[in-house]
Amino acid sequence: MSDKLLEIKDLKTSFRIKDDYYAAVDNVHLTVNKNEVLAIVGESGCGKSALAFSVMGLHNRAKIEGNIYFKDQDIANLPPNKLNKLRGKDMGMIFQDPLTALNPLMIIGDQIGEALLLHNSELSKTQRKERVIELLNKVGIPRPEHVYEQFPHELSGGMRQRVVIAIAIANDPELLIADEPTTALDVTIQSQILDLINELKEDMDAGIILITHDLGVVAEMADRVAVMYAGQIVEVADVHTLFNEPLHPYTRSLFDSVPNKAEAKSKLHVIQGIVPSLQNLPREGCRFAPRIPWIDESVHEEHPSLHEVAPGHFVRCTCYKHFEFPGESSEEEEQHGVSRS
Amino acid sequence: MWKFTVRRLLIMIPQIILLSIIIFVLAKMMPGDALSGLIDPNIDPERIEELRHMHGFYDPWHKQYADWVGGLMQGDLGKSFRFKMDVTELIGQRVVNSFWLSLATLIFTYLLAIPLGILSGRYNDSLLDQTITTYTYIGFATPLFIFALVMLWVFGFMVGWFPTSGSVTPGLEPGTFEYVLSKINHLILPSLSMALIATVNTVQYLRNDIVDTKQKDFILTARAKGAPESRVYNRHILRNSLLPIAAFFGFEITSLIGGSIFIENIFGYPGMGQLFLESILLRDFSVVTAVTLLFGIAAIVGALLSDIILSLVDPRIRIK
Repeated sequence: MSDKLLEIKDLKTSFRIKDDYYAAVDNVHLTVNKNEVLAIVGESGCGKSALAFSVMGLHNRAKIEGNIYFKDQDIANLPPNKLNKLRGKDMGMIFQDPLTALNPLMIIGDQIGEALLLHNSELSKTQRKERVIELLNKVGIPRPEHVYEQFPHELSGGMRQRVVIAIAIANDPELLIADEPTTALDVTIQSQILDLINELKEDMDAGIILITHDLGVVAEMADRVAVMYAGQIVEVADVHTLFNEPLHPYTRSLFDSVPNKAEAKSKLHVIQGIVPSLQNLPREGCRFAPRIPWIDESVHEEHPSLHEVAPGHFVRCTCYKHFEFPGESSEEEEQHGVSRS
Repeated sequence: MWKFTVRRLLIMIPQIILLSIIIFVLAKMMPGDALSGLIDPNIDPERIEELRHMHGFYDPWHKQYADWVGGLMQGDLGKSFRFKMDVTELIGQRVVNSFWLSLATLIFTYLLAIPLGILSGRYNDSLLDQTITTYTYIGFATPLFIFALVMLWVFGFMVGWFPTSGSVTPGLEPGTFEYVLSKINHLILPSLSMALIATVNTVQYLRNDIVDTKQKDFILTARAKGAPESRVYNRHILRNSLLPIAAFFGFEITSLIGGSIFIENIFGYPGMGQLFLESILLRDFSVVTAVTLLFGIAAIVGALLSDIILSLVDPRIRIK
C-alpha cells in the first residue's frame, strides 16, 4: 500500500500572460501510491486540471518547475519522444467532456486501436481488433462488434465516456488520471461511470488520481483526498479524517456549502468572493485569507506551509486554529481578538 | 451514400429550371434585340417588324421560353449574330480551353493553399505564420485584374518567360507533343496569376481551422495516448481541418468563373470568359444567355461536388 507510484515535489506550473509568468500550480507536494485513489478537490479554476496536465505533459506552453517522479523517473519536462512512451502506456487519462474528447472523424475501433498500435506494435491487425472488442466489453459497452465500426456522434454521452475510459486503460496503465470524469454526464450515468471506474480499479491495481469538485464522488471513491485552492494544496488527509475532522478553513467551507440531508440547515454556507484569477493571485501570505475577511489577518502565516497535524494529515497555514464561520459564535471571535491584542 | 447522391442530384433539377427561367427573363428584360442594333439601317422598318414576328419575338413569354428550352434540350443554344454560327459550336471550342484553365488554376490554388495553410496553422503566431498571413492579406486587398496585368507585364513582356496571349502557338499540329507543351505553356501564367489571388481565401480558412482544431479536446486525447506530434497532425488535426476546405471547393469553382472573365480577357485566352465579355459588348444575346446558363450550371455542379465530397469525408453527414 505504501509503495510510491507518483511523487510530486514542489511543482510549479506557470503560464505566460503578456510578459509575466503566473503560476496556476504552486508549491505542490503530492504522492500517489499503487492501488490507491487520490482525489483532488477544489473549486473550478483552482488548478486541479493544470496539475493533472502537468503530470501528463499536456501543457502546450507552460513552464514547469519542480519534480514529478513516476516510478523513480523524473518526468517533469521530459522530451516528447520519451514522454510518448509513457503516456497511453503507463499513464492513462480520462477527460472531462466525452462529447468532445473523441475524434469525430474516426471510428471508435480505430481510436481505441490507436492506443494499442502506438505502444504494442507487435500486435497484428486482427489481434488488435480482438483486444479492442475485449476492452469495449470491459467498459460495459453492449454489442462491441457493432460499436467498433461506429463514429462518436452515433453514441450517447455515457457510451462515449466509456470509450474514453477504454482508451485510457487500453495498455493497463499503472497510473490513471480521471479529470472530472462525470462532470459532463447526467446523474444516473455518473454513478454508472463511477461504478465502472471502481470495478476497473479492483482488477487493474493502478493508482488513480480522481479530480473532481463533487464531494459525494470523493466520499464514494477516494482513499485519500487533497484539497486544492488557488493552485496550492491546502489540506491532505485520508478520506475518513478529512470528512470527520476537516481543518483548513477552505475545506470546512466546502463541506458547509454542500446540502446535507441529515442536518437540514435553512441556509447553506456561501464562500465569499470568487477564486482569484491567475493574474490576481495573492502573491504572499495565505491565499484563502481574502475570502474569510472576518478572521483576523494576524492568524495567517506569512509564508504558509504545510503542517503535519497528524500522521498523513497536512494542513497549510496556521489560520485553521482560529477559524470560525461567521455567526457561529461571535462572542468567541471577539474574545480571540481581545486575547491577541 | 448512393441515396444521398441521388437525392442531391434530384435537387439540381429544380435549381437548373429556376436558373433557366431567371436567365431567360433577365435576357428578355434587356433593352433592344438582335434586330435593333447591328443591322443595316437601310432596311425597311416594316421588314424588321416582319422578321421579329418571324423569329417569334412577339410570342407570349411562355411560348418563347418553351421554344428556348426545347432548343436547349436538343443542344441548340441558338445562333450567334456576330459569328453567324451555332452557339453550341462556338462554345464547344471555348469550353475546352476554359476547362483546362480552370483545372490548372484549381491545381495551383490547392498546391499553394494546403502547404501554406498547414505551415501557418501549425506554427501559428511564428514569424513564418506572420509572413504567410501578410501575403494573404495582400492577396485579399489586391484586385485580380491589376495583379494579372502586373504578372503579364513582368513575366510576359519584361522577362519574357511566358507567351502573352492565346491558348497555343499557331501552326502546331494538334496531338503532337509540342502542341501539348505549348498549351501548357500558355496556361501557366494566367492560371498562376489567378491562383495566387484565389488561394488566399483557402490559406486563411485552413490556417484558422487548424488553429481551432489544435485546441479541441480530442487532440488532448490523442496526445494522452502517446501519439507523436506528426501523427497528431496527420491523423487528427488535418483530417478535421480539411473538411471545410472540401466544403469550400464548390465555391472555389464559382469564384473561378468570375476570375476567368478578367483573366481570359487580360491574357487574350480564348475561353468562355472572353467570349462572354465580347458578346455583352456586341449585344450578342443568344451567346450571353447560353454562356450565363453554362456558368450557372457550373456553379450548381460545384455546389453538388462540395456536398458529395463532404459526405465522403465527413461521416456525420452520411444519410443512412
